[in-house]
Amino acid sequence: MNAEEIEKVAHLARLGLSEQERKAYAAELSRILGLVSQMNAVATEGVEPMTHPDEAALRLRADVAIPGVSRERLLAGAPQTERGLYLVPKVLE
Amino acid sequence: MVGRIKANGALNAFITVAEDLALEQAKAADEARAAGAARPLLGVPIAHKDIFCTAGVRTTCASRMLADFVPPYDATVVEKMRAAGCVTVAKTNMDEFAMGSSNETSYFGAVRNPWNQDRVPGGSSGGSAAAVAARLVPGATGTDTGGSIRQPAALCGVTGLKPSYGRVSRFGLIAFASSLDQAGPMAQTAEDCAHLLAAMAGFDDRDATSLDVAVPDFVAGLRGDLKGLRIGIVKEHFAEGVEPRVLAVLRDALREYEGLGARLVDVSLPNSGHAVPCYYVLAPAEASSNLARYDGVRYGYRAEGYRDLEDMYKKTRGEGFGPEVKRRIMIGTYALSAGYYDAYYVKALKLRRLIADDFTRAFEHCDVLAGPTSPSPAFALGVKNTNPVSMYLNDIFTIPINLAGLPALSLPAGFVDGLPIGMQLIGRYLDEGRLLNVAHKFQEVTDWHARVPAGF
Repeated sequence: MNAEEIEKVAHLARLGLSEQERKAYAAELSRILGLVSQMNAVATEGVEPMTHPDEAALRLRADVAIPGVSRERLLAGAPQTERGLYLVPKVLE
Repeated sequence: MVGRIKANGALNAFITVAEDLALEQAKAADEARAAGAARPLLGVPIAHKDIFCTAGVRTTCASRMLADFVPPYDATVVEKMRAAGCVTVAKTNMDEFAMGSSNETSYFGAVRNPWNQDRVPGGSSGGSAAAVAARLVPGATGTDTGGSIRQPAALCGVTGLKPSYGRVSRFGLIAFASSLDQAGPMAQTAEDCAHLLAAMAGFDDRDATSLDVAVPDFVAGLRGDLKGLRIGIVKEHFAEGVEPRVLAVLRDALREYEGLGARLVDVSLPNSGHAVPCYYVLAPAEASSNLARYDGVRYGYRAEGYRDLEDMYKKTRGEGFGPEVKRRIMIGTYALSAGYYDAYYVKALKLRRLIADDFTRAFEHCDVLAGPTSPSPAFALGVKNTNPVSMYLNDIFTIPINLAGLPALSLPAGFVDGLPIGMQLIGRYLDEGRLLNVAHKFQEVTDWHARVPAGF
């Protein structure tokens, strides 16, 4: 992976990386992709992708309200709140 | 118990000691006992890996991102074990977000192996393994996405079981790779693991992948004899790349099984060699999606000094995650991105099918599979953490099992240079009861599991 690809992927993942990290990751991720590319040695034509160990249909539950955690307790762990809401930097000018 | 935990801080096996909660639960257990209650786990102190949410007790996942996170609810496993009478004494150290095989990626520092404190305990459930090995707690919980219960169990000389996918609820377990993650017990013996699993297992409506199937009596199941048991020896697990003295330990262990009436049969898992590349696409892909939730808005760390919302996300995630977590988020994001999805992600899903099918074929000829858990004994701290690829290859024998969703157990089978060696037993889907039985019978005729590291 080159510097440009690292930059693009870091942006997609919303990861702020230092210059030093970007350099290190370019080399390390290239090595990991080298390991991963060993997959190409295996013929997989006609093989059905396996997404999950138990591929039976997802179970549905009854559409009824169940008691959850209170708003106050959930907000208690937030970095910033205001009037019972999560507070984030201004999005619209 | 709490005093002993505090006196053994050098191992760094714990992130949080829940002293008040432990005393309160122990008192409740004493009162229940006095009132005539007699459940097998009543009053038994245990430690939970710091990946299980504990209401009111800090749960960090060994990350700066969650260093001050106090969950508002208990994980189902935590709730069920408390209902069984267990006393939660501490939260154990681990690799950050369970990403690692040596416990060196923890934000709270590496855990040391009680058998040799210059060695790693394995990971990611390294704190749980070290705590049980040093006899600081009789049992602990772990989670296993690619070997994170079995490899540290092997390297620390304890018994650890990864149940079948879906056997134990994942509700309240901080997610790493949701199609691979599974929680399980770690203890000195298979018998103790059977008691702990009995408390943990069962259907949970709050986990959409929880299996609604009957839970067998794991404790009663320990007793059956092994006459006629067919143990599959995987050709690829007794090949080059494994330390020869580890294989010698395994061969001795297999002779014990023959003495117990079991028969060894040769089997092959021809695609298992592709499991590590396959896993290092799928697990990071799922992780990159799961870890998107850490955005500095709802809980956890938030960076200071940002320009706007996007800058806040980037700074928060850049500062809150450690190097290995960021590495895996990058790999996963890349593998899922436009133009690479088919070549990496879909290709890996196809390989996953081939790897799982190998097990189905092998189990036509045998009842369990046996082999080494890890290719070498515990390695030295600081040796493999500079080279991610060599660290990843360490999990070559454990990863295929998670891809297939099968149960597997590691138990102490001997020593090399004073360091414990683990034997891995792999079972058919939902056949963990048999694994516990097969391990228990070995432990009745050997004492590897009863050895205690010097000084503990």
